[in-house]
Amino acid sequence: MQITVNGKPEEVPDGLSVADYLDRREVAPDSVVVELNGSILTRPDWATQTLSAGDRLEVVRFVQGG
Amino acid sequence: MDDSLVIGGQKIESRLFLGTGKFSANGLIPLAVEASGAQVVTVALRRVDFDHSEEDVASYVPPSCILMPNTSGARSASEAVRLARIARAAGCGNWVKIEVIDDQKYLLPDNQETLKATEILAAEGFVVLPYFSPDLTVARRLEKAGAAAVMPLGSPIGSNRGLRTEEMIRILIAEIRVPVIVDAGIGRPSEAAYAMEMGAAAVLVNTAVATAQDPVSMARAFAQAVAAGRRAYLAGLPETSDVARASSPLTGFLYD
Repeated sequence: MQITVNGKPEEVPDGLSVADYLDRREVAPDSVVVELNGSILTRPDWATQTLSAGDRLEVVRFVQGG
Repeated sequence: MDDSLVIGGQKIESRLFLGTGKFSANGLIPLAVEASGAQVVTVALRRVDFDHSEEDVASYVPPSCILMPNTSGARSASEAVRLARIARAAGCGNWVKIEVIDDQKYLLPDNQETLKATEILAAEGFVVLPYFSPDLTVARRLEKAGAAAVMPLGSPIGSNRGLRTEEMIRILIAEIRVPVIVDAGIGRPSEAAYAMEMGAAAVLVNTAVATAQDPVSMARAFAQAVAAGRRAYLAGLPETSDVARASSPLTGFLYD
């Protein structure tokens, strides 16, 4: 199914959880904040939240800045 | 005498705030933070680039520091609010530097949108430090909206042009009750000292440290300058005069 991740379309398996997605992308869980369809998804919900077609996922991290 | 700076109910030990942008390596960040003595350190927020695994810059900021995410990238109040909420969700605290800019040439902030974002975020319990163009009316509104401090720019971000907005900053220092923290454009330690001599509560420096030839040493120079400037302010700076006022006695000369 197609979802949008960080503004780009992506094909992912049906029924994938957010936690699984981050795992596939090799993202360290405690280094990111996740927003799903405009709402922040807190870490405890990552494993149980499954992705649906058309979902908009934002995976955000801290970077250098002034 | 207790000269502590209190922001958001917290005592801040150092009047030098440090940005983490432009460091050539993340490893320099903890060294610069330590050399600067800074307790408040800024970071930004961006989308993860899955193709280029990068380190979490927050892991380079000493845990004893207060992390202050900025809302850089936001072009409107709603974008700033969204970024602030995302930053808070990271679990590193509730401080936020509001940075709303829709001008890529001068990076001058949008005061109107900054005020809107301050109103919303202060009401949500954030410790809000808005970055803005020095303007007394806007500063009064920011204060009324619950900003924990106000952060007027000295000159454009990264320009190293110093305190070009000096006259307006002086007015803010005289009239605004919350801490006035000069942020942006400070290009050398003497400019930081000057801001402190004027009575600024603190300064935020980034480019001048990160892009110095020796950033860690420069961080220390800034720490010394901020301390000197603050001490001078508290010691009471003497007035200036248009004419000379002799330092040695005007009587008892060895000649007639």
